Amino acid sequence: MNSLGRRHLISLVVAGLALVACSSDDPPASDTSTRSAESALTVFAAASLTDAFTEIGNAFMAQYPDTTITFNFAASSELVTQINEGAPADVFASADLSNMSKLTDADNNGSEPVEFATNQGEIIVAPGNPLGIASVADLANDDLIVVVCAPEVPCGKYAAAIFENAGVTVTAKSLEENVKAVVAKVTLGEADAGIVYSTDVRAAADAATGVAIPADINVVAQYPIVVTKDAPNPKGAQAFIDFVTGPQGQQILASYGFTTP
Amino acid sequence: MTKARHEGVVARNRLPLPVPALALAMVAVAFFALPLAGLLWRAPWSKAWGYLTADDSLTALRLSLVCSLWATALSVVFGVPLAWLLARVEFRGRRVVRALCTLSMVLPPVVGGVALFFALGRRGIVGQYLYRWFDFTLPFTTTGVVIAQTFVAMPFLVITVEAAFRQVDTRVEDASRTLGASRWYTFRRVTLPTIRPALAAGAVLAWARALGEFGATITFAGNFPGTTQTLPLSVYLSLQSNPEAALVLALVLIAVSFIVLVGLRERWFARPGVQP
Repeated sequence: MNSLGRRHLISLVVAGLALVACSSDDPPASDTSTRSAESALTVFAAASLTDAFTEIGNAFMAQYPDTTITFNFAASSELVTQINEGAPADVFASADLSNMSKLTDADNNGSEPVEFATNQGEIIVAPGNPLGIASVADLANDDLIVVVCAPEVPCGKYAAAIFENAGVTVTAKSLEENVKAVVAKVTLGEADAGIVYSTDVRAAADAATGVAIPADINVVAQYPIVVTKDAPNPKGAQAFIDFVTGPQGQQILASYGFTTP
Repeated sequence: MTKARHEGVVARNRLPLPVPALALAMVAVAFFALPLAGLLWRAPWSKAWGYLTADDSLTALRLSLVCSLWATALSVVFGVPLAWLLARVEFRGRRVVRALCTLSMVLPPVVGGVALFFALGRRGIVGQYLYRWFDFTLPFTTTGVVIAQTFVAMPFLVITVEAAFRQVDTRVEDASRTLGASRWYTFRRVTLPTIRPALAAGAVLAWARALGEFGATITFAGNFPGTTQTLPLSVYLSLQSNPEAALVLALVLIAVSFIVLVGLRERWFARPGVQP
């Protein structure tokens, strides 16, 4: 009985240690253990790339049928934090250069960052623009419910820069955690206007209308992509990056409103 | 509850916990202690005071405390009658009503936030009239934060108090009524003291859930410092730009919760003599 108990204890301790060991390495969201390391590819990409990268991923998997891509779309700033804390990403695509710098400064890149797309700011309003919002200056009206991204995330920095370039003070009602949350607040009708990327307005289709921002006060968002240092699948990662920067990837990006750098 | 605790103590003294159970319990303790130890280990202690006393942190902390206490108060005011209804009144569809009223416990909070939009937002079932008639909107307001927190927190109080209502010996209440006490007097002097430990437990659970609420709040109420940015939202956002500050804020949240959980348990839950 006693030895049985001891054996139980030992197996428990072993199981417990295994649990601890697993939990320290793998974030729960992307469990890659069920697939072979060769064929699995984990791509961490900015939220604004959601639709374009999903399509690129499908095209890539059609070309490389052995590969299964798992995407993690979130604010670039959140993704870089996750990777620097050891999340098992193969590829990181950022919506700005400063978050890419956070990765390279921490020496967590396995290749030199390559710029693969650019994007512009745009005002997003309700379908048909019922309030007749025509310019960035119109957003300074306090009767409007304006939402933008938080200053901690790239789209928030861009929004602040656009307001500064236009010389207006806009009091946002909410500082959203990522660009898709701004889109959601406007398409749900809770906010009157927001600053998002041109690609987001296009992605929202009938649910929203865009108001262009003149180039002289607008910002150009640069999207760099990189292989991470601890990439479980560095070969696949480089193949994916080549695909994104290649003709097929660029064509898909263009169809979602991205411009070429 | 008190009785059960005493029995537990006696049993523990006579029969030591079997080794496998003890090992499992230790793994469980480590499971909860390790993440906390990790936070303490990584926290930038030398700069902690600076981050703590930053205006933004204090504003978020104050807002978190105010909103979570309001949410707790609303949960008690509406939740206790709801628990009483579910425990004491026989009616068709009671199980459906109970499931409905506790659904937000299992619902992903972000879904809860979107659902609140459809109910109370500017275009919601009720919200559109609030907006049209009173020019009043809940999203992006502090009231919106309280609503979102109450939505996810109240079920914790309701299920705890409902269980307590069911355990009350109704003969004691009947005796009180037969002796001429009014319904209110009976409730106040007989029922309430009996359920008080459960009420306290439920209120603390609801408060803790409200204090940590993130998904429904950021979805329904948005994120703006001083108006809707509670401490969990502030922690989440500063994690992306200033992880050190985020750690300090997270520890504040943990410290406040920990003090309340430790303090209240001893004071309210273990009070002898409240059981009939």
